[in-house]
Amino acid sequence: MIILDQVSFAYPDGTQVLDRFDWHVARGEAWAVLGPSGCGKTTLLYLLAGLRAPAAGEIRVGGERLERPRPTTGLILQDFGLLPWATVRENAALGLRVRGFYGPDGKHAPPDEVVERIHERVDPWLQHLGLLEVADHYPAQISGGQRQRTAIARTLALNPDLLLMDEPFASLDAPTRETLQNLTLQLHSERELTTVIVTHAIEEAALLGRKVLIMGRPPTRRAMIIDNPAAGQGSYRETPEYLAIIRRLRQALEAST
Amino acid sequence: MKRGHVLLAALAIGLVWQLLAMLVRQPILPPPLAVLRVFFQDLPGQLGEHFVASLWRVVASMLLSIALAVPAGLVLGQSRRLDRFFSPVIYLLFPIPKVVFVPVVLLFLGIGDFPKIVIIFLILFFQVLVLVRDQAANLRPELIHSVRSLGAGRRALFRFVYLPASLPAILTALRQSIGTAVAVLYVAELFATRRGLGYYIYLHGSTLFDYPRMYAGVLAMSLLGLGLYFLVDWLHHRLCPWQFAT
Repeated sequence: MIILDQVSFAYPDGTQVLDRFDWHVARGEAWAVLGPSGCGKTTLLYLLAGLRAPAAGEIRVGGERLERPRPTTGLILQDFGLLPWATVRENAALGLRVRGFYGPDGKHAPPDEVVERIHERVDPWLQHLGLLEVADHYPAQISGGQRQRTAIARTLALNPDLLLMDEPFASLDAPTRETLQNLTLQLHSERELTTVIVTHAIEEAALLGRKVLIMGRPPTRRAMIIDNPAAGQGSYRETPEYLAIIRRLRQALEAST
Repeated sequence: MKRGHVLLAALAIGLVWQLLAMLVRQPILPPPLAVLRVFFQDLPGQLGEHFVASLWRVVASMLLSIALAVPAGLVLGQSRRLDRFFSPVIYLLFPIPKVVFVPVVLLFLGIGDFPKIVIIFLILFFQVLVLVRDQAANLRPELIHSVRSLGAGRRALFRFVYLPASLPAILTALRQSIGTAVAVLYVAELFATRRGLGYYIYLHGSTLFDYPRMYAGVLAMSLLGLGLYFLVDWLHHRLCPWQFAT
């Protein structure tokens, strides 16, 4: 699904983030990218989203060289991703409206999709994510958890095959965060989505990533990967394996920084 | 703000006016009822014509400034390079009181409506330009990134992000500058025209010494400003409901 081949990237100030970095993600896998702030994990996600271009090397997603945001990649950011002037329903429909705006050109929208009856496609997601009651509210009127659900609904309405998330639950309180983490697990298993979630929280990486990529002090040259095959359900939190993997991740993180 | 409160305030101002008129007892300050009588008498005739002439000039300059300043502001707000180039120019021109250009504009553009529209346009243009530019420049990069990730290119970003984001800035700019615009309209209508409320006020005040008529003109000009202010306020509520949702 994702192939990074000898990818290099540096910030405008010259700091090298990735240096001839290789990484492979297979279809349907659930990955967590774990690292301290400043390690370049968000940059990596933006590269995968096609919002940044590598200085050298090649990124291939879904078999094609990535040159711009891909219509079937969903991106969910920590916050501020919703239009403040649009209601929950309008925000959830935004991706479809953008597709309708361009038509099926294969560049901004999939070549085979005719966008019709947007509300009929959006409302089931609003219902599934418990947002129908607040569908006519504006983002400023709803809770942080509902805002993130709206962002998720907007992405899922586009029927993505790859879901990229950047610290999606970092600003939420603990119970809301757990609910949304469970929802992420559920969506992953229901739809066989390939997911890459970037986080600085070891517990979150242990819960959501069946494979965890550790990023330490930049530049990252080699992918340090820790397998976490038992992850995949909320109940994993209660198991000794979960605690063991957290310990391993912590050690790996400390060793890499 | 409730409508009732506005009405009460109007009554209070009328009352103070009445008291002042009773104290002064000079033709130069007629009581409000005398002015109102002339106002309604004249409105279907001459006064109405002058009112429409002035209204047209303000509204035309508003539309012209929106049509030119909004695209320019959006472009500058998006392009750091262009903004770096133009912002010193704007920085120098913005604080200059445009009313000093009235004689210059009249000299160059002559008589008729156009020079008057241009003068008011100059005021509104910079106000709208600066607010729209700042609004577009201050959009959170996360918002832009997430909409781009939905497939939006430049055109869709304009349509779905930059344009709606700049609406409140446009309306705020218009509301802030209506007072100045009407003041400058008055000055502009003192020169080279026989139409407009400025001319009407000046004619009756300084040439014919018909003070109730002069005050009727003042009242009409105030109502023109107020009406535009209320209109912009109404549009703001109408077009930007998210800013008033609780």
